[in-house]
Amino acid sequence: MRTLEQTTQEVLDLASKHFNVPAGSLAPEDDFFKKLGIDSLQTLEMLSRLENHFGIELPDYEVQGVSDFRTLASRIQSRL
Amino acid sequence: MKSFTGQSLRWIWRDGVIELTLDRPPANEIGLAMLEELEKFVAVIDALAAETSACIIYSERKHGFSAGADLRELYQGAAQLSAEDRVSGVRDFLARIHRAFNAIDAAPFTTIAAVHGVCFGGGFELALTCDIIVADKMARFAFPELRLGLIPGFGGIPRLKRDLGNAFIRDLLLTGRSVNATRAQAVGLVAQLAAEGESLRIARATAAQIVKFDGVTRAAAKKFIKPIPYEELRQEIDLFCDLFARPIVMAALKKFVESTDAMPHLP
Repeated sequence: MRTLEQTTQEVLDLASKHFNVPAGSLAPEDDFFKKLGIDSLQTLEMLSRLENHFGIELPDYEVQGVSDFRTLASRIQSRL
Repeated sequence: MKSFTGQSLRWIWRDGVIELTLDRPPANEIGLAMLEELEKFVAVIDALAAETSACIIYSERKHGFSAGADLRELYQGAAQLSAEDRVSGVRDFLARIHRAFNAIDAAPFTTIAAVHGVCFGGGFELALTCDIIVADKMARFAFPELRLGLIPGFGGIPRLKRDLGNAFIRDLLLTGRSVNATRAQAVGLVAQLAAEGESLRIARATAAQIVKFDGVTRAAAKKFIKPIPYEELRQEIDLFCDLFARPIVMAALKKFVESTDAMPHLP
């Protein structure tokens, strides 16, 4: 079973790869809207990628008010 | 009319298959412009039926199949009217939408929605008129209407009830959440999953298979197994209009239209 740290790193790696941001340039406490420059529709895209990668469902309302990678990872972790 | 190019959509008939492409920036929002062109398509269904085995509906827009009803147009149109005229205007619009969607639902050829990205609200309801939904793994389906104080008004609830179990429908409707294509396939909403960007290719392969079969048999089988829930569709319009008459709906529409929220498309 993944630790939260592993989950967080996978979230960062996924975001970096799919939104063309240099690997290693993202940190857990970063605001993903600002760092990735994404809008709400791209957030949904990220949600799909995360769900497919982790094999979970993550209801949109769990992401409401979440803007940093660490908190997003904790939401994912609670469904693993 | 075997081909048409409009402001919101275009279609072309080729070798027994119609490809209807939704292409209205930014995300194929369904308002008057899209409706008028869908009505043009509906008007040619009978003329094309004898030579048509399948129709694929898909989107050229990057963000997805359709983000749903044009809420900006709805708000701006309604804001200028009295409360009574607002409701009658919405009722007239819904009646037209239902006529168009019912005609697509009942089309005598097999309809395939090739879905990617967002398939929300009215866009989801358009996909539900189709016989088969092919969705790529990045597709998401949702009925976010509850956050506006509304229910889906383009026929979504009766069509979902026709196809799926009530528990899943309650989850979608009462939380407003979106579900991914994998989950949608697991519950029977999506017939075939595609890799990212491949839904159109798979829809075309499916259409090529359908073309092989006798048209009379295919149309008869479809009519037999896919009843149109006309009475429930009428009830949906009535319920929608009752809910729409309340002030909280205009307030919610105003909030959506004026939102600078990072996530206006989330419930």
